[in-house]
Amino acid sequence: MNELFNHKFNTILIGVAFSPNLKNNIFEAMRMVDFFDSKLIIVHVGKKTQEKEERIKELISGFSEDDEKVTIIWKQGDPVSVIIDTAAQYKANLIMLGAIPREDFLKFYIGSIARKITRNAHCSVLLIIKPSEDLRPCNHIVVNGLKDKKTKQTIIDSFEVAQNLSAQKLTIVEEISHQEVKIVVEDDQSLLKDTLIKEQLAQKEDIRVQHILNDVPKDLKNGILIKTQSIFGKRGYSIGHYAKVVAADLLIMNAPDRTAFLDRIFVHDIEHILSELPTDVLIMR
Amino acid sequence: MEKTNTTTSGFISQLPKNIFSGFVVSLIALPLGLGLALASEAPPISGIIAAIAGGIVVSLFGGSNVTITGPGNGLVVVLLGAITTLANGDVFQGYLFTLAAIICSGALMIIIGQLRLGVLSDFFPSSAIQGMLAAIGISIFAKQFHVMLANTSIKGDTISLLSDIPNSILVLFEPEYHAVAIAALVGIISFLIMVFYGKIRNKYFQLVPAPMWIVLLAIGLSYYYELFSNQPYPIDSSLLVQMPDDVFSNFPSPDFSLLFDLKFISVVLAITLISSIESLLSIKAVDKLDPIKRRSNVNKDLTALGIASIVSGFIGGLNVVTVIARSSVNVNNGGTNRTSNLFHSIFLILFVVLFQDQLRRIPLTALAAILVYTGYKLAAPRNLKDVAKIGKEQLLIFFATIIATITTNLITGILIGILATIVIHFILNRSVMFFVRSLFKPNVLMFKEEIHGNYFVSVKNFSNFMNYSQLKRRLDTIPETQDTIIDFSLCDFVDYTVQESLLGYQETFKRKGGSFEITGLDIHGTSSEHPLAVRSLIPFSKKIKSETTSNLTKRQVDLQHIASDFSWQYDPKKNKDVSSVQDFVFFKTKKINHVNNSIYDNQSIFKISDIEFSEGEFIARTLVRTTVLTINLKNEVPKFTLDKEGLLEFVYKFAGFKDINIQGHPDFSKRFYLLGEHPKEIRSFFKDELVLFFESNPYYHIECNGFYLLVIRKERLASIKEIKALLDYGTRLEKVISNIQSNEIVLKSPKIKS
Repeated sequence: MNELFNHKFNTILIGVAFSPNLKNNIFEAMRMVDFFDSKLIIVHVGKKTQEKEERIKELISGFSEDDEKVTIIWKQGDPVSVIIDTAAQYKANLIMLGAIPREDFLKFYIGSIARKITRNAHCSVLLIIKPSEDLRPCNHIVVNGLKDKKTKQTIIDSFEVAQNLSAQKLTIVEEISHQEVKIVVEDDQSLLKDTLIKEQLAQKEDIRVQHILNDVPKDLKNGILIKTQSIFGKRGYSIGHYAKVVAADLLIMNAPDRTAFLDRIFVHDIEHILSELPTDVLIMR
Repeated sequence: MEKTNTTTSGFISQLPKNIFSGFVVSLIALPLGLGLALASEAPPISGIIAAIAGGIVVSLFGGSNVTITGPGNGLVVVLLGAITTLANGDVFQGYLFTLAAIICSGALMIIIGQLRLGVLSDFFPSSAIQGMLAAIGISIFAKQFHVMLANTSIKGDTISLLSDIPNSILVLFEPEYHAVAIAALVGIISFLIMVFYGKIRNKYFQLVPAPMWIVLLAIGLSYYYELFSNQPYPIDSSLLVQMPDDVFSNFPSPDFSLLFDLKFISVVLAITLISSIESLLSIKAVDKLDPIKRRSNVNKDLTALGIASIVSGFIGGLNVVTVIARSSVNVNNGGTNRTSNLFHSIFLILFVVLFQDQLRRIPLTALAAILVYTGYKLAAPRNLKDVAKIGKEQLLIFFATIIATITTNLITGILIGILATIVIHFILNRSVMFFVRSLFKPNVLMFKEEIHGNYFVSVKNFSNFMNYSQLKRRLDTIPETQDTIIDFSLCDFVDYTVQESLLGYQETFKRKGGSFEITGLDIHGTSSEHPLAVRSLIPFSKKIKSETTSNLTKRQVDLQHIASDFSWQYDPKKNKDVSSVQDFVFFKTKKINHVNNSIYDNQSIFKISDIEFSEGEFIARTLVRTTVLTINLKNEVPKFTLDKEGLLEFVYKFAGFKDINIQGHPDFSKRFYLLGEHPKEIRSFFKDELVLFFESNPYYHIECNGFYLLVIRKERLASIKEIKALLDYGTRLEKVISNIQSNEIVLKSPKIKS
């Protein structure tokens, strides 16, 4: 990988349990390590045994000859705090978590532990819906283009990720909520007004995103097809549905603001995506 | 025709048409108003008052364009129950209580309209609503059948009323009931008029609506006895319409003393529920008939209906709803804006003031006959067949609703219908959690695709009547002139209510020039061994499949022969895509059901096909099938319509345009009505050879929409011989026109060069 782009994720942390998914989870993590040329920290919350250690060693041996790249941590305690604390302690930039498929194996959600980690971690979190043994190329990345102060950094970082994963296409989605339109369509006149206002809003949003895109270094944009798409719909929901419709391989979102008391009552933007992961999701911090 | 704008001049030029259609509608509204009021055991005039209040108030404050408001069928059952039970059998006191209930429900309707809760009607499954309407139809039928046979005293619930029908018939043959039998005879003849009216396609006969024929004949009969016969009028005065002597001075005062009584409140709720549903369904249906394709503001209309009900209640009238039958008559007679509703009220006032004496001569049996017909139409076995086609589970919902409605009341009935639907959906999906988990979550994504600019809508999880409003809200924000794709491939379950409504959208989009394609449903389980047809397919696509394999009729075989003689194509399949003929003025106010039996040449210049259409709902619902020829012209020509003079039905749709005379052809000008927006261009298009062609050939109705010619002989299917003649005529006409066009090009081109 190009040396230029690997300053984002220097240290990747993955929490593992000895489930049937162990192999796939570790394979996914090792591939990320390859892509980003980073270090890997494997955390297991539980007792260290000879047998477990050998299994992990055996799995990683297929990837890297360089033993120093991978550190295995054994810790006991509450999984959420163990993983968050370890990530902070080792200055990890990215935590990887596996999702749990629902009964029909077509929908994925993340468990309560992963959810808490996602909310409270200090670094980026990557949620993988279907950890697999084999490499799945990442072609299309969808990034949120919300009107938010974090968005610019997220977009710039997304290009870096896109370069590292050799993605070919990156779509920036601007979600515009219905409230901003302020029109209830009841008849032909209100429909006309609604259509006009939407057009203007979409244009405005597009200009805003274009400004951000202008600030992205040229070599980051190299070789990537950039698209923008504005969607009128529920914030945090539409982008997930969109990612599913266009069959994106990765969805990159701003991290939610620190959970305040109110967020526990009103569903947060990102909750819709967490409750039903459309694809792999990267929450950027 | 598109000139109808909001400008004053446009408004004034539209006025005569609207006055005329308001008049025709009032001819129906008068007997129906009397009849509906009588069926509710309210004073007959109360139905007319409702129509008058509705017409005036809603035309001022409403949000729809061509709807007619007045007393509705659906309410009869609720009002009858209220009037007969609220005061424990004292009908007049019950009527006063009911007036109070009508006023309260009017207030509720205003609230619903103001809070924009018109969407609430989307939460009712279609099969349950159809079941409810059928149950209302059965109830009206059961009661009014007896009244039609002059047995006005009968009481009881719907089931006992139905089982008593043979009794009422037998009684008539007993000698002591001779006097009653004549009244019953009037009723039966009236019923026959209702039934056969649609079958007689005589232009002049059709100018007066069927209910008015009945009234006119009944009044005529009473005058016959008064003026020409020695015998007294054989129908007892108890069987005639009772009218107060001073109609507009002595209003009954509503009695609010039961305001907090549980029974009263449930009546208020029932009235509100039924009138909202009936109105919303009617508005939706009438919007599809609007010649200028406007979209009604449902919430504004509900508010206006609420105000109208309050006004009507205070002056002793029934409550006001939007009524489909009268509205479609309005459209068919050229109504283009709300003034026709207003004029329908004004004519009703005139009738009541001028013809009080005549109205008192109408026998109740004649009015009951109109209602029997209406009730039958609502409950028609046809509806049952339609529901059954969609799936057994819909039939179950349908019957559950009917039985519950008839044995209990409307509100319980519809609730049981909803419950049955929910349970069936649970069973079909073998999961309750599936619904619970995503019921309150958003499930619709809509965006405008950047490249082609078309709208894309995707629906996730499940889509049924419970969460349909989310989808509907999005769809309503798409201009119907756009191209839209709605995709269900991420959706596990789609119910009949949603699919039916989407079909409505499809029609509207097509009418307004856009497109609305439904994709992704084919990947769902569509196998016939499963009763899940609901969730997968659009109801009738299965029907189409089965028809392709069925045997061809003789006519179809003959059509096939014609096609192969010309080495053309023949397609017997029913095609629901009627966009090719929808453009013509002739079909503007008609609802085309499908096109089938098409034969067309390989370049698809000529196409002959059978079209099935109806001229509106209920009363004028008789289906018409006709054979038309469309010709694709090589170049654009001015829009025009060519008719033989005097054919009213064709002509008044073009009212506002004057007959265009072609100079030097007085005979042609005399024989044909030529109409169009641009007389100058039409005159220059009608060259000698074309005029000569029309003069020397048999007559056809011809319409041109610029690029296509529509040629129709009669409003019925053409025989094989007629089709051959039509073909011959069409090919020769096309030659003449293309000759003119090529000459024009030759003439014009040197000019351009110089």
